[in-house]
Amino acid sequence: MHGMRGLSVFISEIRNCQNKEQERLRVDKELGNVRNRFKNEKVLTPYDKKKYVWKMLYIYMLGYDVDFGHMEAVSLISAPKYPEKQVGYIATSCLLNENHDFLRLAINTVRNDIIGRNETFQCLALTMVGNIGGRDFAESLAPDVQKLLLSSSCRPLVRKKAALCLLRLYRKNPDIVNVDGWADRMSQLLDERDLGVLTSSMSLLVALVSNNHEAYWSCLPKCVKTLERLARNQDIPQEYTYYGIPSPWLQVKTMRALQYFPTIEDPHTRRTLFEVLQRILMGTDVVKNVNKNNASHAVLFEALALVMHLDAEKEMMSQCVALLGKFIAVREPNIRYLGLENMTRMLMVTDVQEIIKRHQAQIITSLKDPDVSIRRRALDLLYGMCDVTNAKDIVEELLQYLSSADFTMREELSLKAAILAEKFAPDLSWYVDVILQLIDKAGDFISDDIWFRVVQFVTNNDDLQPYAAAKVKEYLDKSAVHETMVKVSAYILGEYSHLLARRPGCSPKEIFNLLHEKLPTVSTTTIPILLSAYAKILMHTQPPDQELQSQIWAIFNKYESCIDAEIQQRAVEYLALCQKGAALMDILAEMPKFPERKSSLIKRAEYSEADTAEQSAIKLRAQQQTSNALVVTDQHSANGATSPVPVGQLSLVKVPSMITTENDTSSDHTLSQQNGALSNVDPQPPSADLLSDILGPLAIEGPPDATVQSENNAASGLEGGSDAIDGSAIVPVEEQTNTVQPIGNIAERFHALCLKDSGVLYEDPYIQVGIKAEWRGHHGRLVLFLGNKNTAPLVSVQAIILPPAHLKMELSLVPDTIPPRAQVQCPLEVVNLRPSRDVAVLDFSYKFGTNMVNVKLRLPAVLNKFLQPIQVSAEEFFPQWRSFSGPPLKLQEVIRGIRPMPLPEMANLLNSFRIMICPGLDPNPNNLVASTTFYSDSKPAMLCLVRIETDPADRTQLRMTLASGDPTLTFELKEFIKEQLISIPTAPRAPAPAAAPPAAQPTPQIPPNDPAAILAGLLS
Amino acid sequence: MGIRFILMVNKQGQTRLAQYYEWLTLEERRALEGEIVRKCLARNEQQCSFVEHRNYKIVYRRYASLFFLVGVDNDENELAILEFIHLLVETMDRHFGNVCELDIMFHLEKAHFMLDEMVMNGSVVETSKANILSPIQLMEKAS
Repeated sequence: MHGMRGLSVFISEIRNCQNKEQERLRVDKELGNVRNRFKNEKVLTPYDKKKYVWKMLYIYMLGYDVDFGHMEAVSLISAPKYPEKQVGYIATSCLLNENHDFLRLAINTVRNDIIGRNETFQCLALTMVGNIGGRDFAESLAPDVQKLLLSSSCRPLVRKKAALCLLRLYRKNPDIVNVDGWADRMSQLLDERDLGVLTSSMSLLVALVSNNHEAYWSCLPKCVKTLERLARNQDIPQEYTYYGIPSPWLQVKTMRALQYFPTIEDPHTRRTLFEVLQRILMGTDVVKNVNKNNASHAVLFEALALVMHLDAEKEMMSQCVALLGKFIAVREPNIRYLGLENMTRMLMVTDVQEIIKRHQAQIITSLKDPDVSIRRRALDLLYGMCDVTNAKDIVEELLQYLSSADFTMREELSLKAAILAEKFAPDLSWYVDVILQLIDKAGDFISDDIWFRVVQFVTNNDDLQPYAAAKVKEYLDKSAVHETMVKVSAYILGEYSHLLARRPGCSPKEIFNLLHEKLPTVSTTTIPILLSAYAKILMHTQPPDQELQSQIWAIFNKYESCIDAEIQQRAVEYLALCQKGAALMDILAEMPKFPERKSSLIKRAEYSEADTAEQSAIKLRAQQQTSNALVVTDQHSANGATSPVPVGQLSLVKVPSMITTENDTSSDHTLSQQNGALSNVDPQPPSADLLSDILGPLAIEGPPDATVQSENNAASGLEGGSDAIDGSAIVPVEEQTNTVQPIGNIAERFHALCLKDSGVLYEDPYIQVGIKAEWRGHHGRLVLFLGNKNTAPLVSVQAIILPPAHLKMELSLVPDTIPPRAQVQCPLEVVNLRPSRDVAVLDFSYKFGTNMVNVKLRLPAVLNKFLQPIQVSAEEFFPQWRSFSGPPLKLQEVIRGIRPMPLPEMANLLNSFRIMICPGLDPNPNNLVASTTFYSDSKPAMLCLVRIETDPADRTQLRMTLASGDPTLTFELKEFIKEQLISIPTAPRAPAPAAAPPAAQPTPQIPPNDPAAILAGLLS
Repeated sequence: MGIRFILMVNKQGQTRLAQYYEWLTLEERRALEGEIVRKCLARNEQQCSFVEHRNYKIVYRRYASLFFLVGVDNDENELAILEFIHLLVETMDRHFGNVCELDIMFHLEKAHFMLDEMVMNGSVVETSKANILSPIQLMEKAS
C-alpha cells in the first residue's frame, strides 16, 4: 500500500485483537481520532484525507457505524489528482445511499468528469453513478452518458462503463430511453467488435427487453448473430476465451436476452439459433478440468432454458428432459442441483410433465440427499410435478421424510404435503389420513389453517364423518398426543362420535374419558373446544346417563369461575343450556355445512413463492398463466343461494344439499358462470367463457405501443377497427409516466367481469387488483383485492371512485402502503338509484420504486348487475306487453350493423346478462322473447320485457322492442342490449330519431360538469 | 439485476471485503453476513456450491482459508457466477501472484479497484484479465 503506512498499521492492530471487545475499543479509538482530525485540522492534505477515508471504509466493512466524514469522502471527488479522486468515488459509492443529500451536491463535479477529456476520470465517474446514481443523476446525466456509449471516438474502456451506467439510470427513470431512434442505436451497439462493450451492452439490453421487448425486435437477429459468432469462436480474442470457451458470460447473457422475446418468427434467424442450440446441447462433454466443465455447463443450462422458452421442437424438448434426467443422477452436486432446478422450471411447459414423471424415483432419492440445497430443490420439483396420478406416492414420500427432515424444512414440507393432499386426493378418507399423520408427526408445524380445513371437509361430507371420528379416536389412544390433535379430535368426536356409538370402546362415556384425559395437558385455547365436545357428547347420549351428566356438569361448574373469559363463558352457557332439556337439541345441533371456499392453504402457497424485483422471463410467463389465482372464488349467485363449488382442488366434494335455487334454468346459468370464474384453477380459462370471447372484438384495448396496434390490424381488420376507436380511450391518461405494462387486456378483463362476479380487474408486474362482487337487488357489495406481488412495499396507494350520477358508492379506506406480498381487501358498497348505462371508474395509482403507476379502470357495476332474471308465462306476458301501449314506455327500433350470430348464441348472450329468454312465447322461431326485473333504490322492482325479431336472410339487422313501466329504464335497457349486439360499440351512440323518447331521455340529465360521467363517457 | 453483493470472508467468519450493489443498512448487512457465513461455512466439500437464503441465492467457493460468497437473484445462472468467482481469483493471482487473505486485507483498495473493473451495478463489465488490470498497472507506474 503506497505510502499509507498508518492504514496498514491500523489494519494489523485490528487483526491482532484477541476478541471482539478489543476490536471495538480499537475501532472506537480510531474513529475518535479520525473525527478529531476532520474537525480540528483546518487544512488536511489530500493524502491525509485519503488515508482517513480508507480507514473509515475499513471500519465500515467490519460492521461498525461510521456517521461522519461523508462530506470529506464526497469532497475528495473534486480533488484534481487521480488517487484522491479515486478514493472519493469509491468511498462515496460504499458509504452513501442513492438518496443522500451530499450526492446531489456532487452532481456537477461528476458531470464535469463525465464530459471531460480525461478518460480515467470518466471511468471513475461512470462507475460511481452506475453503482449508486439516483433519479437526479438520471435526469441530469442521461444524455451525456448516452453520447459516450454511442461515440465512435470514445475508447471501449469508457464505453463499456457508459453502457452499465445507462442501465442504472434507466432503472431510475425509464423515460431516458424514450428518445427517437434509441432502439435502432441499441441494435447497432450489438454489432460491436469489442467484447467488453458488447458484454455490458448485452446487460443493458436484457433490462430493456425485460420491460418492453416490442421496441427491440430489431435486436433479436443481432443477438442470434452474436451467439453464432461466439459459438463458432470467430473473431474472439484469446483474452476473452475462458478455458477454451469463448466468453461464457457473454453467451449466457445473450441467451438470457433472447428469452424475453416471445417467439422468433424469421425462419432464417430461427434456423441459425436452433443450429447453435443443438450444437450446445449435443456438444457439451464432461471433462476433467472443473473450470472448463462449469463454464461449458453454464452455457448448456442457459441453452436449456432458452429451448424450454421457445418450446418448439418436440424432439429437442425431449432431448432436454433426457439431459436433465441424466444430470439429476450424477455425482457432481452442482449439476445435480441444477438438474433439479431446471426440471422444476421445465414443468411450465405442459407436455413434458409425463416425461419428467419417469424420473420420479430418482427425484425422491434426492429428497434424501445429504445436501439441504438439493433436498429443497427436490421438494420443489416433487411439489410441482404432483398430480392426481402420482399424488399418493409423492405425498406418502413427503410424510415419510417428515420425521427425518431438518427443522428448517419441516414447516414448508408439511404445508406442501397438506396442499397436495387437498388438491389431488383420490378420495377424501385418504386426505383425512394424510392430515392426521401430518399433525401426528409434525404437530408443531401444522398451522390452524390445516386443521380447520380438515374439519371443514368432514363437516361437509356425511360419508366421511364416521371414518374421521374412528380415525381420530385411534390417535387419541396413543400415549403422546399433540395438542393440535386434541383440538381436531375434540371437534370431530364432539360432532360425530355418536355415529360410532355401537362400536366397542366408543360409548359416550368412553369417548368422554378419552378426551378428558387430555385436558390437564392442554393450553387454554384448547379447553373451550373440549368443553363444547363434552356438551355435544352429553346431548347425544341417549338414553341419558346420569353419571356422565353429573361428571360433565361438575366440570362446567369448575370452569364457571375460570379466569379465561372464553372458557368461563362456555362453561356458564353450557351449564345453563344443559338444564333446558329438550331445547338443547336445537341449540347444540350439528354444525351446518361450511360454504365452499378456496383453500386458505393454497392461497398461502401462492404468496410464499419468493420473487425478486426484476421479472424473469419464466416468472413473467408463470404469472400470466396463473394470473387469476389470487382471487378468492367464494361464490354466491345473485339469488343468495350457496353455490356448489367443487373448487377443482377436490373434485369429490359433494354438492351441499342445502342449496336452493329459484329454478332450474337459473341454476344452470349460475353454474356456467362459475365455470368461468373458476378458471383460476385451470391455467387456460375454459372456453365456457365464450361470452367474453364474443365480446372480444368490442373490448380490444389499444396497447400504448403503436407497433402492436399495427400488428393487430394486420391480424384482423375487425379488431383493428375497434382498436382505433377504443384504443386511445382506455390506456392510462398519462402514458408517459406509465412504463409499467399491464398484464392481460384491461378491457377484456372488464368485459369478462360484466358477466361474472369475481376475477381480475387489473394486473401488472407489481400489483394485482381482483374484484369480487355480490349483488342483491339494487345493492351491490364489491370487494377490491389489492395484492402486492413483490417483496417490497407499494406506496402512495390511492383508489378514488368516480361514480356516475346514478350510483351511490362508498369505498372503505384504502391504506397508503401495501406491505410486501400482502393482499388488502377494500369493500365497496354500491346502491343503484336509477337506470343508466354510465360506468363507474376507479382512479387507481401507486408507486413502486420510482415508477408511478396510474390507471383508470372501469368498474363492473353495470346495468345488468341490477337485473334479476325472471321466467314469465304466456298468461302473464301478453297482458303486460299490451298494457305498455307505446313510447315512451315501449320503444321499438330497427338496428343494423349487428354482429352476425346464430340465434342460440344471441339467446345465451341475453341470458348471460340476466335477461331471461322465455321460450315458446313467440310462435316465430326467428324471434326471441325475454324478460327480467330491474332493481333500483327509487322504485320497486320493474318488470322489463324484450322482443327481438331477426331476419334469417340478413343476420346483420333486427328489430328490437322493449317495454317497461319506466321510460328511462326502457330507453337505457334498449341501448344497453343494442351495445352488446352491434359490432362497433361506439358508432350509433345517439338513438335513432324515430325512437327517441321525448322528454324522459335520461342521458342529458347528467350535468355536463360531472367528471365521472365525462370520464365514463370517454371510457365506454 | 444479477449480482447483489460480493463478500470475501475468512474461515473464522471475518469479513475481508464486502461490496454491495443494492443499498442495505449497516444492521441489515451485519445480520445478512452473519446468517450467510454461518450457513455456508458449515457446508462440506461434497455439497453443492449454492445455498438459498431469503430472496437470494448464494453462490460460493472456497480457496484455502478464504471464502468468496456472491449473492445473486434466484434466476441467475449459477455456474456462470461460480466461474466468475474463479475469474476474479485468477485476476487477483495475476496481480498479486498467488493471492492470499493478507493481500486482500492489506491491499483492500486494489481489491476494490479490480472488482470495480469487473462488476458494475450488479452486472459483469469485463472478463479479460488484461483489460481489468491495465488501469491498476497504469496507476502503479504513475506513483
